[in-house]
Amino acid sequence: MTKRTWALVAVLSVGLAFPASGVSKQHGGTLNMIAWEGYTQPQWVKPFQTKTGCTIHAKYAGSSDEMVTLMRSGGGSKYDMVSASGDASLRLIYGKDVQTVDPSKIPDYKNFGGAFKNPGNNTVGGKHYGISLQWGPNTLLYNTKKVKPAPTSWSSIYDSKYKGKVTVPDNPIQIADAALYLMRTQPSLGINDPYELNSSQFKAVISLLKKQKPLIKKYWALASDEIDLFKNGDAVIGASWPYQTNTLIGAKAPVKDVIPREGATGWLDTWMVSAKTKNLDCAMKWLSWISTPKVQAQQAIYFGETPVNSKACAIMDQLSKGSCAQYHANAPLKYFKQIHFWKTPIADCGNGKKDCMDYTKWQQAWTQLKG
Amino acid sequence: MAAGLDPAQGLSSSDRLGARRRLGGALWRRPWLRGLTLLSPSVLAFLLVYIAALVALFVSAFWGVDVFTSKLIHTWSLDNFRTLWNESAYRHVALRTIAIAAAVTTTDAIIAFPFAYFMARLATPRLRAILFVLVLLPLWASYIARIYSWKLILNSNGLLSWSLHKLGLPAPSLAYTNTATWIVFSYVWLPFMILPIYAALERIPHSYIEASRDLGAKGSRTLRSVILPLALPGVVAGSIFTFSLTLGDYITPTLIGGASGQFIGNVVADSALRGGNLPFAAAFAAVPVLVMGAYLVIARRLGAFEAL
Repeated sequence: MTKRTWALVAVLSVGLAFPASGVSKQHGGTLNMIAWEGYTQPQWVKPFQTKTGCTIHAKYAGSSDEMVTLMRSGGGSKYDMVSASGDASLRLIYGKDVQTVDPSKIPDYKNFGGAFKNPGNNTVGGKHYGISLQWGPNTLLYNTKKVKPAPTSWSSIYDSKYKGKVTVPDNPIQIADAALYLMRTQPSLGINDPYELNSSQFKAVISLLKKQKPLIKKYWALASDEIDLFKNGDAVIGASWPYQTNTLIGAKAPVKDVIPREGATGWLDTWMVSAKTKNLDCAMKWLSWISTPKVQAQQAIYFGETPVNSKACAIMDQLSKGSCAQYHANAPLKYFKQIHFWKTPIADCGNGKKDCMDYTKWQQAWTQLKG
Repeated sequence: MAAGLDPAQGLSSSDRLGARRRLGGALWRRPWLRGLTLLSPSVLAFLLVYIAALVALFVSAFWGVDVFTSKLIHTWSLDNFRTLWNESAYRHVALRTIAIAAAVTTTDAIIAFPFAYFMARLATPRLRAILFVLVLLPLWASYIARIYSWKLILNSNGLLSWSLHKLGLPAPSLAYTNTATWIVFSYVWLPFMILPIYAALERIPHSYIEASRDLGAKGSRTLRSVILPLALPGVVAGSIFTFSLTLGDYITPTLIGGASGQFIGNVVADSALRGGNLPFAAAFAAVPVLVMGAYLVIARRLGAFEAL
């Protein structure tokens, strides 16, 4: 290459580099987010981008484990934010992957329901590591034409009646669903909390899941997998989120979901900010935006979950009549109590004995179960 | 130094010319040096990109990880390999992967051989060109799109069970089974088997077959004693592709496999992407590398590399 060509290359690359940095300054920057499928819909992302000039790039994760791993990839500087569920948030906090957030900077924080201001899965030692977002139950989804009578118990996904037509999430935390079922149906095991299992309780739960395996058509990884399974008739019953129910009903599939009489596990999600973000400004703007009643209501209706902002209820009913009651945004404490929220299982189960199975054991057991 | 010239300039220009000539002469006298100069960029890239990555893989397989923080623990141990060996679940996954890869390879060889034979020896040049395009056409479409289209064919309400049902036959739902994985893999990798077999068959001189006939051999005898042995390197070369591609894949089992359909690739992806346990993923990823190494040694004995 001649000197002139080199000079040309140099000029071009400098020219390419500078406008890029200029653009990012002008428009407030880019947020790379790890989110659950359905959490970054154009309905509320587009107005945010127009209003603030912050661009959003979302990557969907299929599980809490994946969220944790992605947040730590590339030394923790690849992603700015994550919509972490309760079974991931503590791992991110103790792993120093996320930073503290001052809730007084979020105007709508004062409107949050009492249980969501300082929940144990995002507030440690009085410090807030993120802002609560939405919560919801893990439901039992079924095909109303194929599953009769309508199920009222989780026993129907452990029962050979629907052999080869059952689907459950491909997620170690699914062990808690089986533990919850045994907690109600086999009191002799002495399970008090589906996330705190000693080794004999854990063994009983895993053996239930092993018996369930031949009934399973597929362990679904992404919500869209389960939607496919129900649409095509490959599955007629399974553990699900309200998001799949809404999408399937939208597609005119004959499905319904229910919280069975044993209760359900559930999630409480938190938007957290990476400890190494370069766009704290945009991140704080996003936290404020996602907490406003209107966006809370939009996301609640789109995903089928419950907003933490108590002012969202009225807007939900405006957007879709009766939706506030449908998603229990105004539900009494009694409803809230039948949901066992996801949390990371740790060895210390609070009885001073530290004999509980920790999350590593859950992960190993799950991988070996799938075989 | 020539008088009257700017000394610095004179020195540098004549020197540069001389250096270039000397270099040219050196390269001309030593062919190995010429080869090395030509190859060095690609050899360097190969060493840095390919070999270095493999070495990193093998090295990290002996490390551990703190699962709560995902930080690597740089102490040497065989723990990962011990877990692989002791847990029957991982043995099942490895055996399933190898078994399906072998089944796919056999299926592809059986389907590809007659097709390649027709292409190489019976088809007119025009028809041969059309067949070539048909074989290669699927490779132009996205691999994921083709797997999804198979999902539409195989699922409960899919094309296959619908057609069988219309014909009054029992309509099995093949989606999300190992059978589905086998069918889809056999479809996806078929071109990689057809082309090497075609190349091998095309190379057999017609005179060999005439000679076989002149010696009184019937069609089947000619096939067995002349064509098959000469085409075998092509079959083995194709099998290297189909076997290794199946061995390393994890997307097809994810999309179309069932509750007991995990491949080695799925466990590797799970450990690395979800569990954050890179060392264990590296240890398991070493298994297909070793299997493939053994396979290549056997393939070399069978003369596959002459047909590539």
